Amino acid sequence: MSRTFLNGLLTTGALLSSVLIAPGVMAQDPQGAGKEWTTPAGSLSGQRFSTLNQITAENANKLQVAWTFSTGVLRGHEGQPLVIGDVMYVHAPFPNTVFALDLNNDGKILWKYEPKQDPNVIPVMCCDTVNRGVAYGDGKIFLHQADTTLVALDAKTGAVVWSVKTDDPAKGATGTDAPLVVKDKVYVGVSGGEFGVRGWLAAYDVKDGKQVWRGYSMGPDSDTLIQPGKTTNLDKPVAANSSEQSWQGDQWKIGGGATWGWKSYDPQTNLIFYGSGNPSTWNSKQRPGDNKYSMTIWARDADTGAVKWLYQMTPHDQWDYDGVNEMVLVDQEIDGKPRHLLVHFDRNGFGYTLDRDSGELLVAAKYDPAVNWASKVDLDPKSETYGRPDVLPQYSTEHNGEDVNTTNICPAALGTKDEQPSAFSPETGLFYVPTNHVCMDYEPFRVAYTAGQPYVGATLSMYPPKGDTNMGNFIAWDARTGKIVWSDPEQFSVWSGALATSGGVVFYGTLEGYLKAVDAKTGKELYRFKTPSGIIGNVITYEHAGRQYVAVLSGVGGWAGIGLAAGLTDPHAGLGAVGGYAALNQYTSLGGTLTVFALPQN
Amino acid sequence: MTRYARYFFAASVASCLMAGFARADKPADPAAVSSDDGKYFDKDGRPTFKVDKDGKVDFYSYIGYVRYTANCMHCHGPDGLGSTYAPSLVNSLKSLDYADVMTIVANGKKDVSESSQLVMPSFGENKNIMCYIDAIYIYLRGRSDGAIPRGRPGEHEAKPKDFSETEDSCMG
Repeated sequence: MSRTFLNGLLTTGALLSSVLIAPGVMAQDPQGAGKEWTTPAGSLSGQRFSTLNQITAENANKLQVAWTFSTGVLRGHEGQPLVIGDVMYVHAPFPNTVFALDLNNDGKILWKYEPKQDPNVIPVMCCDTVNRGVAYGDGKIFLHQADTTLVALDAKTGAVVWSVKTDDPAKGATGTDAPLVVKDKVYVGVSGGEFGVRGWLAAYDVKDGKQVWRGYSMGPDSDTLIQPGKTTNLDKPVAANSSEQSWQGDQWKIGGGATWGWKSYDPQTNLIFYGSGNPSTWNSKQRPGDNKYSMTIWARDADTGAVKWLYQMTPHDQWDYDGVNEMVLVDQEIDGKPRHLLVHFDRNGFGYTLDRDSGELLVAAKYDPAVNWASKVDLDPKSETYGRPDVLPQYSTEHNGEDVNTTNICPAALGTKDEQPSAFSPETGLFYVPTNHVCMDYEPFRVAYTAGQPYVGATLSMYPPKGDTNMGNFIAWDARTGKIVWSDPEQFSVWSGALATSGGVVFYGTLEGYLKAVDAKTGKELYRFKTPSGIIGNVITYEHAGRQYVAVLSGVGGWAGIGLAAGLTDPHAGLGAVGGYAALNQYTSLGGTLTVFALPQN
Repeated sequence: MTRYARYFFAASVASCLMAGFARADKPADPAAVSSDDGKYFDKDGRPTFKVDKDGKVDFYSYIGYVRYTANCMHCHGPDGLGSTYAPSLVNSLKSLDYADVMTIVANGKKDVSESSQLVMPSFGENKNIMCYIDAIYIYLRGRSDGAIPRGRPGEHEAKPKDFSETEDSCMG
């Protein structure tokens, strides 16, 4: 582990004093971000909403680039920077460099942290060497490195305060998620669903890195921290060892359920919310049972990890519809009743609205009309199949069997939405959701498990839904009714996290590299600027010296960099069909740049 | 290397050595001149594809597509076309011959520097790849040659009679 200071900078005492971080700055505000952006989603509620309003629907067309910064890494740049006081913290993909930039001094580098990691971790990272960002708390910056080292850096100096190993990359486990800090604990999860890891969420003490608790996605109750009889699943108490019993033998030990998505927190109930990913392998025939609790929304007590409630969205997954996407906590009225809601846009194409206190399922509706693998989710509490999707046999890769190519399944394995997080505006009451508009053929087959080697077991090809050429949409969604309010088609999947602001402007990035501003009410485009590379990072905003800024990382890669780089072809277009769909590599190339926007100064 | 991988790797290298191990600057002529139970070989005895005038491919090219897309596509992109972080094998196979490919797949490859972090793991122990490595090679050779188009091959020859038995004994 090494840490690089930029010497000239830190020997200048005068400079240092100008960038001291306000002590005790910690976002516990569940609703929105203000001048700072202190948690990955701007607030613990996961809303990615800012109360800043200098940039409005009227003036957004005047935005300009204020400054830029190169991370020096040419890989997929997911995640977002943080802004604490007068300092911006910028992270990069492997080797997971972190920079502290002085906003008082044109983004001068205050310190740089660059861990030495074994490059052998690179190929066990499914789908590029991404990292989704750092977290802040207790005067420290927390980073979950690719090699599953969780490190706490002194926010002022970049010095390593402590570091712990959370898992083992030799078994295919890697760190890509953004940690979340709540009070005295930092929460992290793990990647490796394509390598047969067993997912977990763990809490570490921010002071010294001691593990406080760890709850696995599957296994005996002592591992999952499910409390039989007390933990509920759709209002019903869960029986003892419900996870183990939903697997054949000890398959749960390599059962997947990775936890690399976004976490959110509700101070009212002290619950932490997150999702678990696909069961391993992708060949469902090899793992009979519901495979609990893969593909599940979890509500755990933040102090003990005890499970308050859970809900498995896609039992016995047959399509790789990971459940890791963000859990957004909002307070809205449904049928005239004020509700504490959790809203989740799942890879499986359904937008779920639940009561976050009880886990009651209120709405489950398709947020892309193309979704076809299930006709609906059963919302009748009296039904035997309450909460389960009604799967259409022709799109069931399990029903069609091994070595059979099931065609025209929508969405594709990358989901109607992947990790790219949505935003919510309490002012419009709407969610702003970056989506994929892609279908697939999926052929499962027998696969053998070797520790640390890919454990996939299915072949798939992807293409836009029949009759469409756009591979993405940016939509506004009403989670109270489960309806799309407006939808802006995009040529490529929208793989950038959205930002909603009190100025009535919503921001997102595109795979071609555009930063776009749209009207929160109508979706009308107000501004676009083409950044150096495709955007898979999430947009943030902050205020410095009285001026509102908007920032985003560019750097194409991730799943989008695999699937779309060369362009998609339609396997069912028939002989003689020319070309295929647009190839991303005709629009953008590798990069690693932060671009910061602001209105011109008078 | 475990037994199955050693078997496949040794068999592959041996056939190359017997063929004289000519490292070609341009791709060797992929034309199939002989076959053994549905598997085709070029004039130097290296595995190769066969595509008939209607686009029907040999069974190995077809299985190669299926296994490539499950195991290799996550880095090397759909249809061998490369991604933002792994090279196009359609290009690579224009200069790498059969023995080179077998060596890289079994041992892995690293290109790590200040500006590049390309790492391919060793797959020598991975049955899902080593049991199908000839098929994957044959498919990619056809892609590189331009004989096999993008996407899932349409028609393919019937499964060779001993294919399942060999597959079962390799996968264990």
